[in-house]
Amino acid sequence: MIEGLLRELAPQVLGVLVRRYGDFASAEDAVQEALLAAATHWPTEGVPDNPRGWLIQTAVRKLTDLYRSEQARRRREDAAGRLETPQPDVGDTDDTLALLFLCCHPALTPASAIPLTLRAVGGLTTAEIAGAFLVPEATMAQRISRAKARIKASGDPFAQPGDLRSVLHVLYLIFNEGYTSSRGEGLHRVELSDEAIRLARLLHRLKPDDGEVAGLLALMLLTDARRPARTGPGGELIPLAEQDRTLWNRSLIEEGVALTLAAMSRGAVGEYQLQAAITACHDEAERPEDTDWRQILGLYVLLERMTANPMVALNRAIAAAMVHGPAAGLRLLDALDERLAGHYRLDAVRAHLHELAGNTELAAKHYRAAAERTTNLAEQRYLISKIASG
Amino acid sequence: MTKFLILTKYDETLGLEPMSKWAPEDARAHAEYQMAINKELVDSGEWVEGYALTGPELAKIVVSDGGTAPVITDGPFPEAKELLAGYQMVDVESLDRALEIAARVSAAPGPGGAPIGQRIEVRQVMADLLGCEL
Repeated sequence: MIEGLLRELAPQVLGVLVRRYGDFASAEDAVQEALLAAATHWPTEGVPDNPRGWLIQTAVRKLTDLYRSEQARRRREDAAGRLETPQPDVGDTDDTLALLFLCCHPALTPASAIPLTLRAVGGLTTAEIAGAFLVPEATMAQRISRAKARIKASGDPFAQPGDLRSVLHVLYLIFNEGYTSSRGEGLHRVELSDEAIRLARLLHRLKPDDGEVAGLLALMLLTDARRPARTGPGGELIPLAEQDRTLWNRSLIEEGVALTLAAMSRGAVGEYQLQAAITACHDEAERPEDTDWRQILGLYVLLERMTANPMVALNRAIAAAMVHGPAAGLRLLDALDERLAGHYRLDAVRAHLHELAGNTELAAKHYRAAAERTTNLAEQRYLISKIASG
Repeated sequence: MTKFLILTKYDETLGLEPMSKWAPEDARAHAEYQMAINKELVDSGEWVEGYALTGPELAKIVVSDGGTAPVITDGPFPEAKELLAGYQMVDVESLDRALEIAARVSAAPGPGGAPIGQRIEVRQVMADLLGCEL
């Protein structure tokens, strides 16, 4: 409970400090220290009456300490001067959105934007983030401090125009990282997909009228709804058509479908909404044979016009095969040979369509090629099982 | 980000003396070169872990059929090229970046300070990932 409260308050407290002192990099360090202090004291001493105020006060004190030690070390007069003449407090503005724009700044690579977002906006510790990505804490700390240096070089933290697209992209990557990773191995492994959903909900609260924000949240919910069914007892991957659909999380599906419909009815349909709508089509089918492939194919055709992503073209080929037969899908795949040369997914889909066409020999051949090319252990096991069953 | 293992193996085709027989300043220059690369990887946020291993003379090879007593052979071995000298695990943006690091490792200075040009093996870690659904 305390952990949830701290993660929720983290960006608010950071926003206040950045407004007052303008120094994002140091303010962010100070807020981290305040969060750690709260995580140590609150469980034994109780949550203070005004937790937000407590965190702000503690963070300001930590920032003062930080500047003092810096000053002693390098005699940084300007930093201390800044503390003595704080910027006027702007009251209760929530700067979470501005912080998200900052942490997902297009000048940052995703590799640095992701941990920075998780720490500054998500309130996670460096150790938790490092654990989630299976790298040493020092490595993750280095990525974060490089990201902050980059932001510092670009001037006033809150004066820059925000780029919502890059925020959505970073949240999408965090979700995928969590969704595709194996689970339950690290003792303190943070659930990245849960964290991405939490941040997407936060963004949706701040931007309720943005269709793509709603679309991304819906996509995450509709995908996460299948989580209980997508792996077997041994951690092996269970493909969509073979999943036990009674395990799917109905309330997440309902929420995702409602969000998708509301977003799409407002017009200006974007990529995330289309992906959410496709996922919704799958989620709403009680049995695989109930899937509305015609609708899915139509959505993929629209999506393909918006993106050059060859994976979309690949999925469109699957949908075409389901509507017009495997030969139609295979024809579309031929056009992808160049763009996806050597990619195991192309082999896997080709194998699948040959299997549907009843050509087991060709299917086995392409499943084997896919198994040789995948860098993913669970996928390899799955593909090898397909060769054996062919 | 993707994890790669950068493996340095003994390479007898280079005709290199074992490091214990190098001039001390050459061995030091070699170690410092490697440490400088590792330090850079830590600073760039790409370092996962890495070790230099003790020499083949301390290596042991173990073979077991799971029933009878295991067969243990002591080094050094004539087929030294099968043996690992050390490794670095990095977490990088791309294969190209891993290859760039491997090239630096390969050019580590040997006796007399000339780049050794060792053969470095670059292997992507097979992730225990669940991947996309078909």
